[in-house]
Amino acid sequence: MNRFDFIRPTSLADAVAAGTSPGSVYLAAGTNLIDLMKIGVTRPERVIDISRLPGLDRIEWLPDGSVRIGALVRNSDLAYDKRFAAAYPAVAEALLSGASAQLRNAATVGGNLLQRTRCAYFQDTASACNRREPGSGCDALQGENRLHAVLGWTEQCIATHPSDFCVPLAALDAMVEIEGQDGRRELPIGALHRLPDAHGATESVLAPGDLITGLRLSESTAFAAHARYVKLRERTSYAFAIVSAVALLSMDGDRIKASRLALGGVAAKPWRASAAEAALVGQRATREAFERAATAALGDARPSGDNAFKITLAHRILVRALTLAHQGTPKVLPALPASPFPDPHSPAPKGDLHVA
Amino acid sequence: MPFSISLTVNGQPNSIALDDPRVTLLDLLRERLHLTGTKKGCDRGQCGACTVLLDGRRINACLTLAASLDGSTVTTIEGLANGSELHPVQAAFIACDGLQCGYCTPGQIMSAVGLLSEGHAGDDPERVRELMSGNICRCGAYQGITQAVLEAGQAISQQNRPVPAEGSENGRSAA
Amino acid sequence: MSPEISSHQAAPSETKAAANRYGSNAGQPLTRRDGLLKVTGRATYAADNHPEGLVFAVTAVSRIARGRVRAMNIDAAKAHPGVIDVLTPANRPPLSHDPDEKMPPFGFRVEVLQDDGVRYANQPIALVIAETLEAATEGAVLLDPQYDVEPARVDRATGLRFDPPGVGVGGDPSTAYGDLDAGFSQAAVTLEGEYETPPQYHNAMEPHAVVAEWDGDRVTLDMPNQALAMSCASYAAFFGIPVENVTIRSPFLGGGFGSKAIINGPQILAILAARMLKRPVKLVLTRAQMYGPVGHRGQTWQKLRLGMDSDGQLTALHHRSMSATSAFEDFLEPAANASLPLYASPAILVEHEGLRLDTGTPGPMRAPGEASGSAALEVAIDEAAEACGMDPLAFRLKNYAETEPGTGKPFSSKALRTCYAQGAARFGWSRRPLSPGQMRDENGLLVGWGMGTAVFHCPHFPAEARATLRADGTALVETGAADMGQGAWTALAQIAAEALGLDADQVEFHAGLSTLPDAGVAGGSAHTASAGLALHQAGGDAIARLTDLAVNDPQSPLFGAGNIGVIARRGRLYRRDDEARHESYAQILARSGQSEIIGTAKSARDPAVASDHALYSHGAVFAEVKIDPDLGQIRTTRLVGAFAAGRVINPRLVQSQYFGGMIWGLSFALHEEAVTDKRTGRIMNADLAEYRVPVNADIPPLEAILVDEEDAIVNPIGVKGVGEIGITGTVGAIANAVWHATGKRIRKFPIRIEDML
Repeated sequence: MNRFDFIRPTSLADAVAAGTSPGSVYLAAGTNLIDLMKIGVTRPERVIDISRLPGLDRIEWLPDGSVRIGALVRNSDLAYDKRFAAAYPAVAEALLSGASAQLRNAATVGGNLLQRTRCAYFQDTASACNRREPGSGCDALQGENRLHAVLGWTEQCIATHPSDFCVPLAALDAMVEIEGQDGRRELPIGALHRLPDAHGATESVLAPGDLITGLRLSESTAFAAHARYVKLRERTSYAFAIVSAVALLSMDGDRIKASRLALGGVAAKPWRASAAEAALVGQRATREAFERAATAALGDARPSGDNAFKITLAHRILVRALTLAHQGTPKVLPALPASPFPDPHSPAPKGDLHVA
Repeated sequence: MPFSISLTVNGQPNSIALDDPRVTLLDLLRERLHLTGTKKGCDRGQCGACTVLLDGRRINACLTLAASLDGSTVTTIEGLANGSELHPVQAAFIACDGLQCGYCTPGQIMSAVGLLSEGHAGDDPERVRELMSGNICRCGAYQGITQAVLEAGQAISQQNRPVPAEGSENGRSAA
Repeated sequence: MSPEISSHQAAPSETKAAANRYGSNAGQPLTRRDGLLKVTGRATYAADNHPEGLVFAVTAVSRIARGRVRAMNIDAAKAHPGVIDVLTPANRPPLSHDPDEKMPPFGFRVEVLQDDGVRYANQPIALVIAETLEAATEGAVLLDPQYDVEPARVDRATGLRFDPPGVGVGGDPSTAYGDLDAGFSQAAVTLEGEYETPPQYHNAMEPHAVVAEWDGDRVTLDMPNQALAMSCASYAAFFGIPVENVTIRSPFLGGGFGSKAIINGPQILAILAARMLKRPVKLVLTRAQMYGPVGHRGQTWQKLRLGMDSDGQLTALHHRSMSATSAFEDFLEPAANASLPLYASPAILVEHEGLRLDTGTPGPMRAPGEASGSAALEVAIDEAAEACGMDPLAFRLKNYAETEPGTGKPFSSKALRTCYAQGAARFGWSRRPLSPGQMRDENGLLVGWGMGTAVFHCPHFPAEARATLRADGTALVETGAADMGQGAWTALAQIAAEALGLDADQVEFHAGLSTLPDAGVAGGSAHTASAGLALHQAGGDAIARLTDLAVNDPQSPLFGAGNIGVIARRGRLYRRDDEARHESYAQILARSGQSEIIGTAKSARDPAVASDHALYSHGAVFAEVKIDPDLGQIRTTRLVGAFAAGRVINPRLVQSQYFGGMIWGLSFALHEEAVTDKRTGRIMNADLAEYRVPVNADIPPLEAILVDEEDAIVNPIGVKGVGEIGITGTVGAIANAVWHATGKRIRKFPIRIEDML
């Protein structure tokens, strides 16, 4: 780790002013940043400790039923907040399927949004990576890439966004509050992260000094009864997603009134599946309808390397998320959040699920 | 740029002069305060060997900059026992053979203490396994660890139970 | 810092309770004597030491796999505040042993800055020493090495094949029994399969570390070490000092698994730096740096060919392994040898081929050879059973070896039939459908049941020990044993206590220090038997000397019992033919005027035992997996192992060893794999996030049945090894369960989610 200046501003304005100068990074919990500094991916000149900035660690319920979550709220505090988990159960499940209990206790909401890809070539400073060093190339493209992107990638970058939390946030159109040089603004989360293009792999639309101060989720009672997040991993816990999916359904009897769908682990941003949502409106909740939706979601998917199987898995996990969501939000959070393995408290669906 | 932070470690308030902002909480404990019970297994938040309680919550000390902790309270494995009386989690780890080489053990125990105070596992072994999954044990003592967490949880809840009236059928003591 | 654990440091209430209930000597499930230190953070591992004046060393490592270091920015590193010096090939002080020569008996060639060459990624190319860890770490980054790169040889296409002179540690590269061609010509069914196992890394939770402090030409090393005496000799040779000038303190190892038995380059460099700077130096490898210079389990590509007659009897067994090693060393995973001891076949051929790759040198890793070889063999056996239309257990029983295949030697003991029977009964194996894909659970998950046979040989190392009976009737026993988690602190004390006729908490036990008598290598699952035998004989020697005093002392009630004999029990000697006549050790010593009696022993295996007998532990492992039929996610939901390994010294610790081995087997089957970039030779998952050893949630309820087995032959204390056998059998059991659930036969480990689609 290089030497750096460590400062702790006491106000948001001071923080943003400090953050504007080149080479500055914001430190909240540091669960991602400190790691990146240790492996040399990030070598900041100045670390701005925002962890004590006042007013950013609250969950506030607004009169219109929406909720505002301060950027410094810890992942575990949000997931275990009873009112929040009842209103946004898939968000809680996604949060609790990520990382470990220790990391969730430390990691913040704002940091989770801005966590960086775990692509091995991004983390390995001896490799070429357009995301880490624009213009250097992408060594993942011809490298070990079985877990890389299948949607929205270009030859500039095939990395995936690692967050679980962001997947249901994308489905719910969460609004991101940003404090910047020119004051406060808001963005839908779908507009925060950027996909790679023909020229490079800029990660987000944030400008120097921009500081995420909070998130806002609009009232979503309509989806609370049918909300699931499902995640495939290479071990039962403490692993990033191979692929994941969130499905939120608003039901009218047997018919789907509305749905919100997103995929994780497939692209450089949480992947909102709008075409699939449209395909479900007014449909009966059947396996066939779910299959059609998944097909619509993955129409543009293509392997970026040795990872064609992820397209199959993404399709199937979306069907699974829809199936589980239709079955209903479990009354008790499963022992293994987001796991496809059933839980004594909320058994997996029986019947015509299996296509093996 | 020397500066100092105040940090309460295992009940002892300290004023710590830091000559280097790069020092993590883990390296502060081990190399500067010589509290070496907290272990370094990966230094990247991937193994849990460095788990301590920060302001009562379990976290990875390796990913925490000491400089950011001014005014905080840290509990390490050295601060867990009450004199010669082991914390119920420590005793249960011995009784259940929830350790082999012992290197991950301080982190496992601090994690288990955090887990029990968080209160989300109840008596469900599956929940314990899931919520202890941030602590890797390469020797493979997981079954004993899970059992130890469950038994310690039971012991603690019995300790905390109000003393039943004499003659009560459930009049078991915590001993 | 103290390498001693005396009984009063053990958790008193727990120990006492166990003692009252079971007694405390051999056979009883004592809790760990080092448990209290370990649960309170007071067990001192190497890197926990901080002598006065300590400085920190960090290695800079190569980011290419082959070529040379053209330049490093040493000025930049030295300019960083706190950096004291940088060790490179240009200024590295000389060593007295050529690091490009092997160090006998089984030290490897090591990379200690002898030149600017790079032979694998993560090879040390410089050592930075600084006043703080932070400064040394950054100094190593600032070196910013520049390379002349040569293409890395990382797979079968580019590696160099060779016929090895030996495999493993001094094993024969090929062994043949019977007429293989004739065997296959008699076969009604022939099965062939190719199997692949990946490079795996030990990843002990404690990184390799050393704190080195010189005093003139004497050096004290705090380091985790599985082979104290051998390592002292190696360091003495490297540094040109007498072996007695090297002291290694290794009271606790944070796991070893073979990787801490053989000395390595980074530790030598840190010791060298300490001598050069005349200050104590601490070096701790980073997790990533452990993927290179400290050994691994080499990759294998194995071919198996089995012939069976129409009854399912093996007629021929051919097992060939191509095993990878480094470009400059010869250690080869002796995988094919796994086919030698287990199944009766009139013709067996096992053979090995070497493949040189630009990797760090592989070495012994928990069940070296047996783990990889048994993974392939046990799947092949399952396939053979399938080909014969037989139940896999029936097939194994059909081919049960009553004597060692090939040699015809009798087994010193072999309770494998009982293992099969008890394991199968406990698991419920008889309810298993023969065909795959037949079972679903109540949630529709695919369910499969598989089994594998576990086997591990019983090596035995020479060892020495000392037992001192003290005036108060207690004892001090000493041997330089290493506890890397297997429980040596406890089990060896139990053996010593039994030999001394004392309760275990009357015995103070010292170990983990090289100045103690040589306990041999803690490896090969042989430590309890090897060090235990030395302790047992040293205790016996002390009791014999004490007996001499008593039976020759007219004032003793035992006077004149010399020809009749005495029994040592609970701190007293009893006349064998009249137990009413007895006397305490303390009384005998007090009257003799001696303050203590010292017994010593140098023990080794009787060569005739091994030449006349086949010596193995055995077991059977049964696995249940559940697989999501849509998504392919696999979870092991049940593991039952039944093992017979001679006499059990401490069932609590033995069970833990079996569990650990079974979890390693699960990890081998479903998790572990180092992924190498084919272009650069760099390992792209050199960490614990993407090198996915199992976490707690991966571990199902485990059962280990300790099958009774008496073995009066293997060694005088009847102990076989338990540390490694649990891996063997388990890998195959899980892979076979995956087949049974899905009908998919996966021959490349680890089995991955895409294999299920």
